[in-house]
Amino acid sequence: MRHVISVLIENEAGALSRVSGLFSARGYNIESLTVAPTEDVSLSRMTIISTGSDDIIEQITKQLNKLIEVVKVVDLSEAAHVERELMLIKVRATGKDREELKRVADIFRGRIIDVTDSTYVIELTGNTSKLDSFVGAIDASLILETVRTGVCGIGRGDRILRL
Amino acid sequence: MLLTGAEIVVRCLAEEKVEYVFGYPGGAVLYLYDELFKQDAVRHVLVRHEQAALHAADAYSRSTDRVGVALVTSGPGVTNAITGIATAYMDSIPMVIISGQVPTAAIGQDAFQECDTVGITRPCVKHNFLVKDAKDIASTIKKAFYIAKTGRPGPVLVDIPKDITIAKAEYEYPKSVTMRSYNPIIKGHQGQIKKAVQLLLDAKRPMIYAGGGVILSDCSEQLTKLVRTLGAPCTNTLMGLGAYPATDKQFVGMLGMHGNYEANMAMQYCDVLIAVGARFDDRVIGNPADFARIARKIIHIDIDPSSISKRVKVDVPIVGNLPDVLDDILRLLDGSADRPDQEALGEWWKQIEEWRRRDCLKYKQSDEIIKPQFVIEKLWEVTKGDAFVTSDVGQHQMWAAQYYKFDKPRRWLNSGGLGTMGVGIPYGIGVQLAHPGSPVAVVTGEGSVQMNIQELSTCKQYRIPLKICSLNNRYLGMVRQWQEIIHGNRYSESYMDSLPDFPKLAEAYGHIGMRIEKPGDVEGALREAFKRKNDLVFLDFQVDQTENVYPMVMGGKGLTDMILSSEDL
Ligand SMILES: Cc1cc2nc3c(=O)[nH]c(=O)nc-3n(C[C@H](O)[C@H](O)[C@H](O)COP(=O)(O)OP(=O)(O)OC[C@H]3O[C@@H](n4cnc5c(N)ncnc54)[C@H](O)[C@@H]3O)c2cc1C
Ligand SMILES: Cc1ncc(C[n+]2csc(CCOP(=O)(O)OP(=O)(O)O)c2C)c(N)n1
Ligand SMILES: [Mg+2]
Repeated sequence: MRHVISVLIENEAGALSRVSGLFSARGYNIESLTVAPTEDVSLSRMTIISTGSDDIIEQITKQLNKLIEVVKVVDLSEAAHVERELMLIKVRATGKDREELKRVADIFRGRIIDVTDSTYVIELTGNTSKLDSFVGAIDASLILETVRTGVCGIGRGDRILRL
Repeated sequence: MLLTGAEIVVRCLAEEKVEYVFGYPGGAVLYLYDELFKQDAVRHVLVRHEQAALHAADAYSRSTDRVGVALVTSGPGVTNAITGIATAYMDSIPMVIISGQVPTAAIGQDAFQECDTVGITRPCVKHNFLVKDAKDIASTIKKAFYIAKTGRPGPVLVDIPKDITIAKAEYEYPKSVTMRSYNPIIKGHQGQIKKAVQLLLDAKRPMIYAGGGVILSDCSEQLTKLVRTLGAPCTNTLMGLGAYPATDKQFVGMLGMHGNYEANMAMQYCDVLIAVGARFDDRVIGNPADFARIARKIIHIDIDPSSISKRVKVDVPIVGNLPDVLDDILRLLDGSADRPDQEALGEWWKQIEEWRRRDCLKYKQSDEIIKPQFVIEKLWEVTKGDAFVTSDVGQHQMWAAQYYKFDKPRRWLNSGGLGTMGVGIPYGIGVQLAHPGSPVAVVTGEGSVQMNIQELSTCKQYRIPLKICSLNNRYLGMVRQWQEIIHGNRYSESYMDSLPDFPKLAEAYGHIGMRIEKPGDVEGALREAFKRKNDLVFLDFQVDQTENVYPMVMGGKGLTDMILSSEDL
């Protein structure tokens, strides 16, 4: 099962490597990891996407909590939450493809943020599957490069993760 | 008060009442050593290899309830220390390691004797710090001691660049620490504790499985009360030996891979199991699927939530500090109108006595050749069961665990989690310094002892009168045993040729050496050695080369699938 784990962690040098080291040392899956400081710059917030059985996810959250610099850990996927990911995708845009790419980008509510004679850079946010569908919807031979931020997630309504 | 970083470090150690620092100097720590030189509150013990400094500090901690302290230089000083750090980490031993680092400006430049100490040690420390400003030294060291000894204990490393030891800063030792991200749980959940007590009172076949956590948190007394109140059998893990008195009739011996028949059988066939500071290690429960085959209710008390339901699913998890949780349990037991079911207990003990009659530690005595088990039995007799015993890793370790009956906690020191050959002598050094005047035996093998043999020199310098009992079987015996049983007697590289003359080697270091070849000489030699209170004596026992450790549960097998003697093979 896929899980979205949110971690509040002291914003200190080396904190990220403690988390990533934990995953590799214990052989846990890590699909994506995003991290940035929160409104309180002494804290960072991470979103980790991992897959595993319930037992493994339980160990992952326990092991994360054990790290001295980790303040709080929440498995967002246990309840209602939203996920978003940002993708920048550079495509070859010439001839009739220019119109078609713009049309598909519009359908997905993407924005073209850089234009040259022969390329577009399209910016797209959404959950992972929306970004995947967009990539699937355009001609693969036109894709020059893609970059994705990985997922960040937040609980819905009153579910709040803070100090 | 404006002090240099080096002065601050030494003041902090004195403030923590550190008696001994075990270490080895080098360029990055010269200023620290200079400060050590100028004072006498903190004593330094100069080892011959950094690994030994770590082991000695580790043993100092294991045999007391204090934090062990080691000091090493950057680069090779740190890399040599890694095995010692990892050994302490695996057994949850509280330690503070101070390491020198190249000057701040040189970090990342592949400077002379630079290594990424924080990176290299990260997976084998509870936590580590790189100090980047002299004004942070005091608060960092305070935190290091606090983290090392609270919660699940462990080693904490503080890496200090050389320029930071020279720079000046205002010094004040913090009185207390609070960390928003680190708050170990102390009290157990009261609802869970009530549930546990009821389960224990309703049990027909209760079993108590106690481990290193009892030793680490000094709660043998409460454990003993619990065992007596419940009238239940008690087993100890390798790390828990001494937590419950081994000579007591309710003790069923060690459990696990080389555990007692009755202990393993009781683990499997009990109906309520309470795990007290033990972590269901793979060497302890055998194949988890086989262990789960029989239904029983499991209560698990541990301060580290990640120890619970890691390998074995438990019914009543209790996260908390053992002494606190045990006090709560004992209070509820005392206050309850219910009593354990005496009739059921009687039946259970009848069954256990039947298992006990298998006498699984029986071995064939010989008049010709020394049996290694016999040496340990005699060691126990001669020391009246009251010595500190350190051990290396191998068959001799298992025999020491099986045949030396530890009645008190913190008397038995060995590397259980990492299984580090070479700990024996340095552990002896740490214990002896912590307990001057007490008898300290080092049980070792001719393989292990050579992994830190240079420490005989440290023993000479600090007059450390260890009694080193080497069960010399001319084999890496534990390896040979597996090769005999699993690999068709192909003894690939487990025989060691060209062994030194150990008694002479001991003499070369300025100690006394003895070679013992006949069973009849074992007791006399031990008595003579222990009579020499001020001398280190190296006893080279020439033991049976073919002896194996039994009982044995092979890897992947269930706990009750025990090989009891070579006839079972
Ligand atoms: C050659 C060899 C053979 C071995 N064979 C065996 C064998 O036959 N049998 C055997 O038992 N072992 C054996 N071992 C050792 C084994 O590998 C483990 O090290 C050992 O079983 C672990 O012991 P433990 O479960 O008591 O845990 P420890 O490693 O001692 O861990 C202590 C537990 O207590 C908890 N704890 C610590 N402080 C507190 C506190 N204040 N409050 C609550 N909980 C606390 C910790 O979180 C941890 O979970 C062998 C090792 C070697 C090298
Ligand atoms: C540092 C290290 N290397 C290798 C091993 C693997 N190992 C475990 S026991 C053992 C043999 C130990 O031989 P010895 O000290 O003579 O003890 P014996 O088993 O013969 O009693 C070996 C090589 C280990 N535990 N530690
Ligand atoms: Mg040997």
